[in-house]
Amino acid sequence: MRNAFADEVRKLATEDQRVVLLSGDIGNRLFDGLRGDNPAQFMNCGVAEANMMGVAAGMALCGLRPVVYTITPFTTTRCYEQIRVDVAYHEAPVIIVGTGAGLAYAELGATHHSLEDLAILRCLPGMQVFAPTDANDLRGTLRAAIKSDRPTYIRIGKKGEKPYFTEVPEVAIGKFRVLKPGARIALLVAGTLIHEAAAAAEAITAQTGITCELVSAACIKPLDEAYLADAARRFEVLVTVEEHGVTGGLGAAVTEFVSGQPYRPLIVRIGTPDAFMHDLGTQEWARTQFGLDAEGIAKKVLTAIKAPN
Amino acid sequence: MDGGILAESQVETLRHAARELRLRTIANSSKTGTPHLGSCLSCMDLLVFLYWQVLKIDPANPRAPTRDRFILSKGHAAPALFQVLAEKGFYPRSWLDNYGENGSIFAEHPPAPSHLAGIEAATGSLGHGLPLGLGMALASRINKLDYNVYAVLSDGECNEGSNWEAALLAAAQKVSNLTIFIDYNKWQATGRSNEVLGLAPLADKWRAFGWRTEEIDGHDFTAMARVLAEGKGDERPKAVIAHTVKGKGVSFMEDDNNWHYRIPTEEEVRKSAQELGLEVVS
Repeated sequence: MRNAFADEVRKLATEDQRVVLLSGDIGNRLFDGLRGDNPAQFMNCGVAEANMMGVAAGMALCGLRPVVYTITPFTTTRCYEQIRVDVAYHEAPVIIVGTGAGLAYAELGATHHSLEDLAILRCLPGMQVFAPTDANDLRGTLRAAIKSDRPTYIRIGKKGEKPYFTEVPEVAIGKFRVLKPGARIALLVAGTLIHEAAAAAEAITAQTGITCELVSAACIKPLDEAYLADAARRFEVLVTVEEHGVTGGLGAAVTEFVSGQPYRPLIVRIGTPDAFMHDLGTQEWARTQFGLDAEGIAKKVLTAIKAPN
Repeated sequence: MDGGILAESQVETLRHAARELRLRTIANSSKTGTPHLGSCLSCMDLLVFLYWQVLKIDPANPRAPTRDRFILSKGHAAPALFQVLAEKGFYPRSWLDNYGENGSIFAEHPPAPSHLAGIEAATGSLGHGLPLGLGMALASRINKLDYNVYAVLSDGECNEGSNWEAALLAAAQKVSNLTIFIDYNKWQATGRSNEVLGLAPLADKWRAFGWRTEEIDGHDFTAMARVLAEGKGDERPKAVIAHTVKGKGVSFMEDDNNWHYRIPTEEEVRKSAQELGLEVVS
């Protein structure tokens, strides 16, 4: 995804002179294309993320459209005060990109994991929050974010994510995307777990005969309230799937909204627990530890629907 | 201001404006219960100098892309800035009548820029103004617009690490159109700024970070003019360490840190007016 990010930003910078990429001393050679084409539109801000975020906001207030890029914890928790004050409070159209989100850096330890970012970004007034499904979805999201002129947070993967979209989709801000219609159970998926969730949906169908609706919930804020209001009525079970803590992320956002609806579907929130991960391994392994692989997701859903309400 | 030399009449104009605005700020503090008076008085001369002599800004067109930007990074001195902006015509002085009332835009810190003409940054949380200003200064290059960015920081504010991150980037990028004034009044909220943290030697620190750094008397308009003129053509960002007196202009407030939070009584406002050689304004 990071290669697609670099490529799309390169294109955007050529199309739109306002686009500037600020990097926190990361992406060795990754941005050589952009730097070659438009050197004035790239700046390595060093390992100084608080300043980088303030600089981005200052640029945005002068008409530019800065895109801030580094590993997720360093572009979110590290400089949250600057995001809150300089970006959100000033309504500065900065696009904040966290690479290697979730457990993509599982083997680097919890310093590099990001399982809280959706929670803390979505509670900032006016902040748009996205967890794109794959590289093409990311390209579409970047374009929609720049067009929106609003503060935006986008969490992305690292590299080698399995593609889902064969071409760049049109990204509508505030809209979920139904990938496969179904009945009784809807799986709402944020980010790159889409393939795991799709396989889990098939496993659930095989065992129960229930066809699951598969939904990309890549736009976490603004939340697709129209879809959810309808889904709360139509489905018996809403399942949220995210590589993020169950506290505060997509699952929480869905639960908060549905709690105000006149219907009471069972909501199953699938994510990581209230714990740091101390054992290291690959992302794939880490996902299995938290039940975020297809088998784990299917098991949680099946257990939940069998349990007496 | 010709070549960095102010005519005596210009100096007298600045002194008069600063006295007037000091008294208005003091009276406003008393009327509205707004604190940080000592901090306001220590930087009032810097504000007056910048707004009267330096900043290329047009109150009738406050968002002109080519305008100079000024950021009061020590946002708690906003009561001083609000008086300055009214005097310069960004809004009528009558707007300040509801200062501190429920629903007013005027309180202790600058509001978001979209909510008040003349404000470039909603400071108040310390350590934000310099990174924001650096971004604005860098934007001038990318946008190919010729303007300067100025910021006033407090000495206590230099506790914040974000300033030093910004100092490093500004030096690396040779951001010559960025100038900061540090209002070095030797106090922060609860103690001497050289004792709370190891701030001194402050000028040496900025020099070591690659900034053109000068030290001046922060109440001397001629020194301000000279130091800015001398810095022209230097490709480095500029730091002016302005030695100031907290509570400057009123003898019983000067260098007394109680006035970081204390609110003057009506009698103290009257005494302040006497010392400033002015009539109390309503």
